[in-house]
Amino acid sequence: MKIAVPVKFVPDLVEELTIDPSGAALDTSWLRLIINEFDDHAVEQAILLKERGGGQVTVMMTESDGADDFLFTAAAKGADQLVKLTGDFSSINNHALAHVYADLLKELQPDLVLTGVQAHNDIDGAVGPLLAELLGLPYVGYVAGLTVQGDKAVVRKEYSGGLVAEIEVKLPAVLGIQAAEQPPRYVAYSKIRQVMGTAKIEERPVAGLDLSGGTAVSRLFQPEAAERATMLEGGADEVADRLVAIFKEIGTL
Amino acid sequence: MSQDIFVVIEHLRGEVAEISYVMLAGARQLSQSSGGNVTAILLGHNAQGLTGNLAADKALYVDHAALAEFTSDAYITALAGPIREHAPRAVIFGHSSIGMDIASGLSAKLGLPIVASCRSFTAEGKFVSQICGGKIMAEGDLPGPTALVTMVPGGYKAEQGQSAQPPAVTTVPAPTLEGLRVALKQYIEPDTSDVDITKEAMLVSVGRGIQNKDNIGLANELAEALGCAVSASRPVVDQGWMPTTRLIGKSGKRVKPKIYLALGISGAPEHVEGMADSNVIIAINTDQNAPIFTVAKYGATIDMFDLLPVLTEKVKQAK
Repeated sequence: MKIAVPVKFVPDLVEELTIDPSGAALDTSWLRLIINEFDDHAVEQAILLKERGGGQVTVMMTESDGADDFLFTAAAKGADQLVKLTGDFSSINNHALAHVYADLLKELQPDLVLTGVQAHNDIDGAVGPLLAELLGLPYVGYVAGLTVQGDKAVVRKEYSGGLVAEIEVKLPAVLGIQAAEQPPRYVAYSKIRQVMGTAKIEERPVAGLDLSGGTAVSRLFQPEAAERATMLEGGADEVADRLVAIFKEIGTL
Repeated sequence: MSQDIFVVIEHLRGEVAEISYVMLAGARQLSQSSGGNVTAILLGHNAQGLTGNLAADKALYVDHAALAEFTSDAYITALAGPIREHAPRAVIFGHSSIGMDIASGLSAKLGLPIVASCRSFTAEGKFVSQICGGKIMAEGDLPGPTALVTMVPGGYKAEQGQSAQPPAVTTVPAPTLEGLRVALKQYIEPDTSDVDITKEAMLVSVGRGIQNKDNIGLANELAEALGCAVSASRPVVDQGWMPTTRLIGKSGKRVKPKIYLALGISGAPEHVEGMADSNVIIAINTDQNAPIFTVAKYGATIDMFDLLPVLTEKVKQAK
């Protein structure tokens, strides 16, 4: 079975996000990029499927700082093929990204495409369902676990309130992963170093992105804190005293 | 081409999802700037009764056995026709397990633009989306000719989308729904063997800031002293540090305790959706820009690892 995992990097939300002088984009000069956490789960789920039933896992992404490290780490986890798309992706949107991935996937002909159900900076829809439509494949998102049975996948789709739907999807299919069956595994740096010596990253140049499907943003801003929290200042003792008083006042203590 | 606003009604197992009413409220506001009507589209099987309290000017109902349960394949096929034919100004979906399975697919299929994570519309009809885990809002002109929109909760109250006056329902013939590739096998009920966190008067809730599984012990000790339960946000559950029965948020439980103590939780929209109705939210997070402080009544940027042992001790003494 061939499993393809298209992933993307997103701004690290741990860092402070600043808006650039245009007012319509994030200031990228200090922006740190990390893997979209749902994509990280998609990689893990692909490796788990390979470990259970065999197969070949291809991880693909566009070039950026940290891309090689991410791909080599995926190889150390068990990915077989690493593809890096090269070109200028500075103004890319998800529609354009889905087109780029669709071209690659048409060549690769995977049985299963796993990708993160969403990313926190998606403004023009999510990559997975766009990709599915471009490839003419079925899509199911919010997936947290699946098994492959012949030419079908039986997936666990999450709804609100903890309700899960067991859904049968005919392969090939695209699945939007919410969570892998186990947390993304840790790999020791020594193992990644080792893989760097043997694994190869295939570079695929991409020219002429079609950006027409994107959604234009005219203004970014930080949410107005209409009712910002009353901040409790001081050290552990003072804050704890205030909290105990609040618990008593509300009657939970 | 019309100036109408379509709302794709989400429902599951005979109940209209709350987000549907939020979407209707958003659609009503948008219709005031577009100058059109609000039309609810309901797909289902013997489900026409669900239109009863929708605050819409009219409803289109598509009935087919293959639409009895939500599946992306059948929904996309059934919606493509009415959207093409009526070409409304916007079609609103939930930014949810249902809406997100179909909205982007329809965007690619119909060649229509899509706006994700929309929280509200301005009086001029611009979209305002909530991105970057709630840290950034993005505003822009609603793209045309027909904009597909996925909506998050928070911008409108569900009651605004409900009405005692049922909309006039027009039944639309279903397209041929054959060769479907997605089928529901069964629903799996939530596990009820654990503590029911929706019934707790207070919750000590841990997020990514708890750092590792061992540290959950600190939250357990505080909860034990308070006589309440520990709950968690998504990253903690995904790491396997807490069971899914304790998950709060979009795909977990919705809770409204008297006190919700959020420890190291950033306040991403997916989480806030599950706890925003709590009486008093108290947030402890070292990131002073964390969105959680915009929903909390009280906050502190103290390191929770300094606070927790002291707080647990003081709670014990106060009893």
